[in-house]
Amino acid sequence: MIRFDNITLGYGKRTLIEGLSAEVRRGELTALVGRNGTGKSTLLRAIAQLGEVLSGDIVLDGKKISSLSPADMASMVAFVTTDKVRIANLRCRDVVALGRAPYTNWIGRMQEQDVAIVDEALAAVGMSDYADKTMDRMSDGECQRIMIARALAQQTPIILLDEPTAFLDMPNRYELCTLLRRLAHQEQKCILFSTHELDIALSLCDAIALIAPPEMHILPTEEMVHSGHIERLFTTGIVSFDPTTRSVEIKTK
Amino acid sequence: MNHRSIILFPTLTALVVVLFAVDMMVGSVGISAGDVWAALTGGECDPITRKIIIDIRLMKAIVAILAGAALAVSGLQMQTLFRNPLAGPYVLGVSSGASLGVALFILGAPLLGVGSSAMLSTMGIAGAAWLGAASILAVVAAVSQRIKDIMVILILGMMVSSGVSAIVQILQYLSDEESLKSFVIWTMGSLGDITSSQLWLVAPAVVAGLLISVAVIKPMNLMLLGEGYARTMGLNIRRTRSLILLSTTLLAGTITAFCGPIGFIGLAIPHVARMLIRNADHRLLLPATALTGAVSLLVCDIVSKMLTLPVNTITALLGIPIVIWVVIRNKNIV
Repeated sequence: MIRFDNITLGYGKRTLIEGLSAEVRRGELTALVGRNGTGKSTLLRAIAQLGEVLSGDIVLDGKKISSLSPADMASMVAFVTTDKVRIANLRCRDVVALGRAPYTNWIGRMQEQDVAIVDEALAAVGMSDYADKTMDRMSDGECQRIMIARALAQQTPIILLDEPTAFLDMPNRYELCTLLRRLAHQEQKCILFSTHELDIALSLCDAIALIAPPEMHILPTEEMVHSGHIERLFTTGIVSFDPTTRSVEIKTK
Repeated sequence: MNHRSIILFPTLTALVVVLFAVDMMVGSVGISAGDVWAALTGGECDPITRKIIIDIRLMKAIVAILAGAALAVSGLQMQTLFRNPLAGPYVLGVSSGASLGVALFILGAPLLGVGSSAMLSTMGIAGAAWLGAASILAVVAAVSQRIKDIMVILILGMMVSSGVSAIVQILQYLSDEESLKSFVIWTMGSLGDITSSQLWLVAPAVVAGLLISVAVIKPMNLMLLGEGYARTMGLNIRRTRSLILLSTTLLAGTITAFCGPIGFIGLAIPHVARMLIRNADHRLLLPATALTGAVSLLVCDIVSKMLTLPVNTITALLGIPIVIWVVIRNKNIV
C-alpha cells in the first residue's frame, strides 16, 4: 500500500534515512519505532506530503505522491498529528465532519450520506455519546479518539498517526491501539503509527517498521523480535532488550 | 443552524435596522423618526432636514455599517489565520501600514507635485492605504510562514507599528503645515468624511472583501485544526492565505484609508460574536461577526455624536474591556 522506492529523507544537511526500499501493507497495523530524532515524524510527514523527500519516490497504491494533487492526497491519506486540538465552541460531531471536507462542496454542505459517515466514525471509536459535546472539556484520550474519528470520516485507505499514545495513560494506550488494530483488520486499512511503546508495538501490531539510521527495516512482528534489530537499537549502557521475554531490562551488575 | 442562531440572526438584523434609523436621528440637530422617514422616502419635510439626512447622515450611517462589518470580519480572518485570539488588523500592523501609505501620500505627494485633483487624491489615498496595508500583511505573513511561534508574530506586528509611527513622525516633521493638518485630521478617524463619490469606491471594495471572506469559509473551518490537518484534508494553504490577506487588505485597508484608524473593532468584535453564537463554525460565525460589527460601530457612532467625540475614542473605550476580558478568561478561544 505504502511503498518506499529508494527514498532518502532528512532535513538541512542531516540525512536520516538513506536508500530505503520497503512496503507497509494494507489490512495491517504497523508500528513505527526508533530513537528520538531518527526521523519517525519526518517519514510520516513525507508520506502525507507535508514534508519533502530528498530523493526517491513514495508510492501509494501504485501512484507516486509527487504526481498527486492535494485533493487526491486527501482521499488517500488521513493524518492524525501530534497537535493538541482544543477548539472551544465546536462540537465533536463538527470536528469529525471536517474530515468530510475533501468530498463536500465549496461551503462544506453535509449530505445525508456524510452525516451517516460521521456517525459511523464516532461509533467506531466509541464516542457516539460525545457527539454534541465540545472538546475543550474533554480528556486527552477522548480528544485523541475524536481526531481518529475525523481521520476515519475522511475514508482513506491509509491512516497515519504521529505518536497517538503520547499523552495517554496505560489502559488508554492499549485501548487505542486495540482500536487501531481492529480498524486495520476489519476495514482493510493500512495504518502506520509512530510510538515509543515497544511493548504495545510487539503485542498488538502486525508489523514493525524500525528506524536504525540510516536504515529502516519493516518486518512482521515475530520476525522483527528475532531479527536482532531491536537489541541493536535499544541496548545501551543502562538497558537491554531480551527477545525471549520481549521486554526491556535494566542492566544490573 | 442551532437554536441560538435562529434567535440571534433576526435580532442582530433588527438591531442594525433600528440603530441605522437612530443614527440618522442623532446629531448636532435632533431629527424625529418621522422626518427621517419622510426625507428618505421623499415625503413632506423641511428641505434643510432633507439635505442633512440625505447628504450627511445617510452616508455616515451606511459607512458605519460597512466599516463595522469590514473591520470585524477582517479581525475574524486574522484570528483564524494566525490561530490567535489577539490577532486583528490593528495589532498585526495592517492599520499602521495603511497609515504609512496615507502619510507618504498626503505628506509626500505635495513634494512630487501630484494630488491636486480631488478624484486623483481620492484614488491616491485609497491606493496608498491598500499598498501600505498589503505590504505590511505580506511581511507578517511571510515571517509567520517561517516562524511558527505566534508571540513572535505579534511582537513583530507591534515593532512594525512602532517603526511605522517613527517614519510617519519624520514625515510630519518635514512636511508643510497644510498637508500636516490634513494628515492629522485623517488620523483622528471619522465616518463622516466620505463623499458620495468616494462611497462608490469604498462600498465595492468592502463588498469584494466580504465576498472573498465568504469564499474562504470552508478553508477557514479547516484552519481551525491547524495547517497540518488542513493540508492533509486537501486544502491549498498558499491560496487560502493569499485570499485571506487580500480580503483583509480590501476590508481593513479601505476602511482605514477613508475613515482613519478605527481601533479595537477588528480585535474585539469577533469575540463578542463568538460569545453570542457559541459556535466556531465560520458559516455561522462570519455572518454573526459582520452583523455584530455593524451594530457595534453604529452604537459607537451614535455615542460619539451624542458626546461630540471622535469615533475611534469610543471604539477604544468599548473595545479595551472586551480585549482584557478575552485575555483573562479565554485562553484558548480560537
